[in-house]
Amino acid sequence: MPITQAFQTIIDHISILDQNGRFDEKLGKDLIPDEDVVRLYEHMSICRHLDEVAFKLQRSGRMGTYPQNMGQEATSLGAAYALRKSDWLVPCYRENAGLFWRGLPMEYILLHWMGDERGNQIPRELFITPLAIPIGTQMLHATGLAWAHKYRGEENIACTFFGDGATSEGDFHEAMNFAANLDIPVVFFCQNNFWAISVPGKIQCSAPTVAQRGVAYGMECIQCDGNDLFACVYATRQAAERARKDKRPTFIEAVTYRLGDHTTADDARRYRDQAEVDLWKQRDPLIRLREWMKSRKLWNDTKEAALAERAERDVAAAVKRAEEIAAPHSNDFFDHMFAEPPADLVAQRDSLQTHSLAERERVEA
Amino acid sequence: MATREIEFRDALREAMSEEMRRDVRVFLLGEEVAEYNGAYKVSKGMLDEFGPRRVIDTPISESGFAGMAIGAAMMGLRPIVEFMSWSFSLVAADPILNNAPKMLYMSGGQFGCPIVFRGNDGAGGQLGSTHSWCVESLYSNVPGLKMAIPSDPHDAKGLLKTAIRDDDPVFFLESERMLGMKGPVPEEEYLIPFGQSIVRRRGADVTLISFGRPVHFCMEAAEALAPEGIDCEVIDGRTIRPLDIEAFVRSVRRTNRCVVVDQSWPFASVGSEVVAQVHERCFDDLDNHVHRVHSDDVPTPYASNLEQAYLPNVRKICEAVRSATYRA
Ligand SMILES: Cc1ncc(C[n+]2csc(CCOP(=O)(O)OP(=O)(O)O)c2C)c(N)n1
Ligand SMILES: [Mg+2]
Repeated sequence: MPITQAFQTIIDHISILDQNGRFDEKLGKDLIPDEDVVRLYEHMSICRHLDEVAFKLQRSGRMGTYPQNMGQEATSLGAAYALRKSDWLVPCYRENAGLFWRGLPMEYILLHWMGDERGNQIPRELFITPLAIPIGTQMLHATGLAWAHKYRGEENIACTFFGDGATSEGDFHEAMNFAANLDIPVVFFCQNNFWAISVPGKIQCSAPTVAQRGVAYGMECIQCDGNDLFACVYATRQAAERARKDKRPTFIEAVTYRLGDHTTADDARRYRDQAEVDLWKQRDPLIRLREWMKSRKLWNDTKEAALAERAERDVAAAVKRAEEIAAPHSNDFFDHMFAEPPADLVAQRDSLQTHSLAERERVEA
Repeated sequence: MATREIEFRDALREAMSEEMRRDVRVFLLGEEVAEYNGAYKVSKGMLDEFGPRRVIDTPISESGFAGMAIGAAMMGLRPIVEFMSWSFSLVAADPILNNAPKMLYMSGGQFGCPIVFRGNDGAGGQLGSTHSWCVESLYSNVPGLKMAIPSDPHDAKGLLKTAIRDDDPVFFLESERMLGMKGPVPEEEYLIPFGQSIVRRRGADVTLISFGRPVHFCMEAAEALAPEGIDCEVIDGRTIRPLDIEAFVRSVRRTNRCVVVDQSWPFASVGSEVVAQVHERCFDDLDNHVHRVHSDDVPTPYASNLEQAYLPNVRKICEAVRSATYRA
């Protein structure tokens, strides 16, 4: 027998508004109404400002650690825009733009990074799960959430976000395999920003695209320009439809770049070239969208100036709200341990109450 | 012996580097250990000295590199596996708990696993509940492994060198909160054998037994209690498996009272194990039941004030000691 070809695949790449401002009318026309483009741009811009403010808060000791989102705003925002409000957003920690678009008040994220568990008490109606710090674990949860909706005959789907580094974890592979083989309506949204702290992408994945990892599991895979809001919306919309109609998962690789450090505890200058960063600055999703809006007469410098003022106001107000929330009480940590608190925990909580005042004085001193 | 003051992280690096110079079978692997010099700068300069063959950056695959280390160890190599945090070892539970400690037993003595698993353990840095694990109680329950938990740079170096030379899997528990701590470390080579605790403070009224970072809380509590006329003896266990029960017993037979301070949760913990063994051995010597101080029985809180209140802090230790010595 001659050698025949058992399988061959190609990975499509979606780009609608490219870094040079070229716009693909065929894919891009009517994808997002103009007034929504403006709102999405304004939203991204406010998120960018929050990033800058959060960085300064951390440097002045008012916030613990903070992972900047700078440069990656279009990915989760495009996805959140394309999904229904009743679809799950299952984030890791760099998805501010998408979470805020869904309706999460900014002070929740601020509170979280200021070191307060209550930042994770996300209102249930937002369909957002708590930030996932152990890398990769949330992808299985997303698959389970979507599975439950399918089980109940509901239309909701789940979209989970993770980085390139996370695709090295076993959980990623198990979630993908499970979703593909059991027809689970979940979207795997990988934000490939080329770095996992200091580790470059080639240590996580030797294939030419991360997207093709999904091929091995038998699911639809697509790569998109993650700094192109239109492409992110397009890719997610397709994936969401496939999930809702056919109950099939999709793997999206959004190619983007982390313009900032991994977190405020990191200094990326120690391991990556400034030239690389400069190159990606030219591909900034925010600038690209602004120039496009200007060319369509949707935007001008007066509006930009007004937006800058609004961003400052909105973010300052969110910081104020976050900082005004009183520190939790010493015995609060016994809450939410069990559906019904068992007697021994109640006893512990009550014993702490007796000296909690003194304890607070000691801690505050 | 001539000594100099160095940081805990430098002591760890010296131990690894010296052993790697001495034994070509030893190598280091983990996330960010090479190019980045370690997430906490413990392996600084090691890539330069030993090259990428022996200082290996891995993908973010804890289960993967822990499992691979087992295979390498079965072939006679001696991997040092760095977990950025022991919290992340949980995704590698099967290799580290179900494979490494049993391989020798299950292969009828053919395949040992001389691996050192090391990384940051414990809370106290506001890292939230998933990032703040104290694994000592959970993991020390498993037969077939050894566990060391140094409390200062001197012990960190001496114990880590012993760990690397040990023929069995060793779980080596460091603390992010102590990596910058300085202390005297001899210029000359030394090793600290496992199963030998050390008395940090002599005292007559009560024996405080602890492991790792809370040893320092015990020392503080001892100073705070001295003006009240309570003279505490503080023992640093240094290793949890093996446990230096003989030394604990000797001390308790003299003081007749004992408080165990353990940073893990109370239920089925290192603390409860020590309490059980001391009671078995010292029942007739004890003036009071052995008291114990733990973290509270809840996930590690995130907020700073809650986290401080949650830890086995000086206040809790003082209360326990007063109660154990009938001063409450
Ligand atoms: C199980 C686990 N291992 C290691 C870490 C430490 N860690 C935190 S973020 C990170 C890098 C993640 O990279 P990537 O998935 O590409 O996401 P990015 O930060 O680039 O958005 C690592 C290794 C962790 N949080 N959890
Ligand atoms: Mg990344």
